[in-house]
Amino acid sequence: MITKLLVANRGEIAARVFRTAHELGIATVAVFSDADAELPYVALADEAVRLPGAAPADTYLRGDLLIAAARATGADAVHPGYGFLSENAGFARDCAAAGLTFVGPSPEAIAAMGSKTEAKAMMAAAGVPTLPGVTIDAHTDLRAEAARIGFPVLVKAAFGGGGRGMRIVATPDELAEAVASARREAATAFGDDTVFLERYVVEPRHVEVQILGDAHGSVVALFERDCSIQRRHQKIVEECPSPVVDEALRGELSGAAVAAGKALGYTGAGTVEFVMDDTGSFWFLEVNTRLQVEHPVTELVTGLDLVALQLRVAEGEPLPAEVTAARIHGHAIEVRLYAEDVPAGFLPATGTLHRFRIPDGVRVDAGVADGSVVGPHYDPMLAKVIAHGATRAAAARRLRRALRGAQIHGVVTNRDLLVAILADPEFLAGRYVRLPSVVHEVPADPVRVAVAALAEAASRRSGFPSGWRNVPAHPQQVAYTVDGRAVAVAYRFRRDGVEIAVDGDPLALTVVSATPERVVLDVEGVRRAFAVHHTDDAVYVDDPAGSAALGRVPRFPDPSAHAAAGSLLAPMPGAVVRVAAAQGDRVTVGQPLVVLEAMKMEHTVAAPVDGVVTALHVRPGDQVESGQALAVVEETA
Amino acid sequence: MLTSHVDPTAAEFRANRAHQLGLIDRLDEQLRLAVAGGGERYVARHRARGRLTVRERIELLLDRDAPFLELSTLAAWGTDFTVGATVVTGIGVVSGVEAMVIGHDPTVRGGAMNPYSLRKTLRALEIARLNRLPVVNLVESGGADLPTQLDLFVPAGRIFHELTELSALAIPTVALVFGNSTAGGAYVPGMCDHAVLVAERAKVFLGGPPLVKMATGEDADDEALGGADMHTRVSGLGDHFAVDEHDAIRIGRAIMARLNWRKLGPPPVPSAEPRYDPEEILGILPPDPKVPFDPREVLARTVDGSEFDEYKPRYGTSLVTGWARLHGYPVGVLANHRGVLFSEEAKKATEFILLANQTDTPLVFLQNTTGYMVGTAYEQGGIIKDGAKMINAVTNSAVPHLTINMASSFGAGNYGMSGRAYDPRLMFAWPGAKLAVMGAAQLAGVLSIVGRASAAAQGKPFDEDADRARTAAVEAQIETESDAFAVTARLYDDGIVDPRDTRTVLGIALSAVHSQTVAGRRGFGVFRM
Repeated sequence: MITKLLVANRGEIAARVFRTAHELGIATVAVFSDADAELPYVALADEAVRLPGAAPADTYLRGDLLIAAARATGADAVHPGYGFLSENAGFARDCAAAGLTFVGPSPEAIAAMGSKTEAKAMMAAAGVPTLPGVTIDAHTDLRAEAARIGFPVLVKAAFGGGGRGMRIVATPDELAEAVASARREAATAFGDDTVFLERYVVEPRHVEVQILGDAHGSVVALFERDCSIQRRHQKIVEECPSPVVDEALRGELSGAAVAAGKALGYTGAGTVEFVMDDTGSFWFLEVNTRLQVEHPVTELVTGLDLVALQLRVAEGEPLPAEVTAARIHGHAIEVRLYAEDVPAGFLPATGTLHRFRIPDGVRVDAGVADGSVVGPHYDPMLAKVIAHGATRAAAARRLRRALRGAQIHGVVTNRDLLVAILADPEFLAGRYVRLPSVVHEVPADPVRVAVAALAEAASRRSGFPSGWRNVPAHPQQVAYTVDGRAVAVAYRFRRDGVEIAVDGDPLALTVVSATPERVVLDVEGVRRAFAVHHTDDAVYVDDPAGSAALGRVPRFPDPSAHAAAGSLLAPMPGAVVRVAAAQGDRVTVGQPLVVLEAMKMEHTVAAPVDGVVTALHVRPGDQVESGQALAVVEETA
Repeated sequence: MLTSHVDPTAAEFRANRAHQLGLIDRLDEQLRLAVAGGGERYVARHRARGRLTVRERIELLLDRDAPFLELSTLAAWGTDFTVGATVVTGIGVVSGVEAMVIGHDPTVRGGAMNPYSLRKTLRALEIARLNRLPVVNLVESGGADLPTQLDLFVPAGRIFHELTELSALAIPTVALVFGNSTAGGAYVPGMCDHAVLVAERAKVFLGGPPLVKMATGEDADDEALGGADMHTRVSGLGDHFAVDEHDAIRIGRAIMARLNWRKLGPPPVPSAEPRYDPEEILGILPPDPKVPFDPREVLARTVDGSEFDEYKPRYGTSLVTGWARLHGYPVGVLANHRGVLFSEEAKKATEFILLANQTDTPLVFLQNTTGYMVGTAYEQGGIIKDGAKMINAVTNSAVPHLTINMASSFGAGNYGMSGRAYDPRLMFAWPGAKLAVMGAAQLAGVLSIVGRASAAAQGKPFDEDADRARTAAVEAQIETESDAFAVTARLYDDGIVDPRDTRTVLGIALSAVHSQTVAGRRGFGVFRM
């Protein structure tokens, strides 16, 4: 029996595992980096051990420190979560050597699936359908192999995951550069620059099967999950069951997945991932030898607790009858709420999450709470929001309303994109969704801007009528930024109501009541109530239809604040990976100068004009904040 | 608790209200003229030079959403000068500090000062001194309106006297200089504790280039003689160099935020709105000032929670006295009910004023008086002595007085009810109010009787037709001069206010007077008259 469980992970998954452990009566230990010390999961655990530093390589990837933490706290088992060391066979071995129960499959199974090329060969041998491909070494004739496989081809890191080190190549000419950059990314991300080529299925559906195996030889498939909706190869919407899988196909998928599991002698929870084309043909992609991020959708439709089952298997128990008897009840959809700037190309966003509230009626697996700081060090996923319904449409509707009414303040998120997907007729019809281009579900319409101004006016109310004058006077003037654009509000309270105009256009509205936190308006006969939240630099206006973030504009411009002309500012927080120019260099427009890396993405900062680099403020390895000046290029006449 | 007996559905109420709305329209029309300053053309020209108008400057200076009580709004009304007298004065909140704001209107004759601007400015400085309000000057004035220098030059020296006296009293003074501040005007930043000069706009010098050329033969330019750059680097007259007007106002607000300002009077307690709608005051006021109305109906729509504890309700009933709170500040109220003041009313008022001084309670005078009663019985009853007691009490009362002329203020009643000469901290009138030594008809009638007696004494014939014409002319003249607009034009009060705003105006005024210590006169006990 496990008595004390250390979760070698962070954020929402650590919290998720702790909840089940506590229900089972198991004591818990958290580990935390310096950046994570204040996150809710740390407080949720019975004990917590600090991992000094912030970078994953110094903290959550340090198997020695994690095992030392387990020893120090007397933990007898380690749950690796997902990511970090969850699929590291060496760590699983080290745990076993230290006398700790590793909650996961055997090191051998992990190792076998760790190399995608080996995994593929093994699966092919087990009769699981696989895609044509080849591992690249120094002698590979790239063009010839690519021609054999057929364009487009996918370049993929052999030891990677989560979309890192992945490139789609459409023509032979792009091949060499794509392989080089994939190698570079794989080397930094996974410490091994092996990459391989594979047939790329155009507009594939990503369908995966949850499997559970025990030490007594059973492997059970717990249905499929459809994770076809991705951005930059990262899943953002996942559901169970798949809208395109019928009972027959489900049987085929389950059969293939169980065959894969049996071939591995799989124990614990794992996922066999497939790509599927529009005819229902599917090919093996990989086995994730761990709990998946999206496991809650399986839990909601089966009523099972996958973490509890993982622990049970780890304790050597056979899988219980309810696993083999599991059926699909209704439909569940999960969305991943990321701190990221979608219009800016999914750039990771950072900041203080001043408020994080999701309405009731959905499951929220969150790693953050009010006041949490979202930093640049780890995956920017804030939470998973999962809805269950009798039907797919019911689940989608419930999830959409919860997201719309959510209060997520202080950090830019992909919420509007998720809402747009859930409202997309293509999605609702169960067809594959290209990401909608209109992502602003709720623009900051003039009424919301007016609400912000009225709430702020209410916060300054003194007992006298707001802005009272005894002569005809100018209105009160305030301004906000909405998506980077300045919006002016002018208002004046009169005996018979408020006159208010946004960008010069008068609004026909009556203030029913206004406090700093809540404004009720009558807008052309319709009563609407808004919750308002103020932070130092923004005002958030929420109602069940959505949320608007309005940036504050100082009443008086700072006379000294402007950057030197030609300054290149960091578009996101991150680390400088390359500096491709030197001070004094003559550069041409578009020439890359600095390459930043943050959260799985490289971002190139290029010369905006033809000119001379007159200043260079960063070196490789520097950590930079969003908006920090990187270099100055002076335009040549 | 006051209970109102007003019926808002009555025809009389509606007629009263219609009449008052007419008066308010007339007021608003004049206020709009004052706000228009030099008119569209000059305002457009001013803006084209990249400058803000004086009211835009004030709006930026004031705290957002805070009230601003503009004073002497109709100064110079009915004269050859622009209504408002080229300067804006008022009490507002700057960075949390209640302050007197004085801003020149450069769209009217370049902000030049005429005798009315001078009186308005001096009154604002006096209010600042009496109530301990920091002063912010928004300076852009071409100086004196030279054709009126005879009425201006000598008394104008008082501005600098007042500014430096304020400083001596540790009442801070700030000058934000947006443009011309030359000759005498140069002493405004010169006499203020803090001076902020706007780059390339402020011109602060005793003599401009032409005068210097004439006086000494020197060729000098504006910037060298009095620019912001020079004054903040060389002469040291300017403490702060502002890059533009907004920057100057930002710096001005920063200065106010650093004053470490504390009001000396006690803070207000939480307050409740009146239980009756102030809007209804308009329906209470009869169009004819000769018709009395119950001031308790006004108080029910003015004081906190409509709660009023009346003092001596059964004695001297022509004057209502009592205690209340207004925006959380305790007040004693003296309000005329049936215009005439008899001996009983005078004695009641005297006692009440003494009591307020014992308890350091500010007094609010709501005037609607035709004066002290005349006639044999009253003279023999000692009305002069009793009126003198009341005037004595009003004069020597040391608590703040706030006075509002609701309808009429005639004769010595004006004095006894803390009229202008008795230094109320602030004094306002409602739009239909009259003020004079006596009513126009009475005054004309008195002159007629005196004329007839004089003719009889000299044995001359009395020309009845000429007397009728003269009487009518005198009555018309006095009627015009008694008008609230004519009174306020001459700075005999601090402005005409909408009756519905009375609670707000008195609240702002009470808050302002509490910047100063609130203490009554001590020495004698309360005389039972």
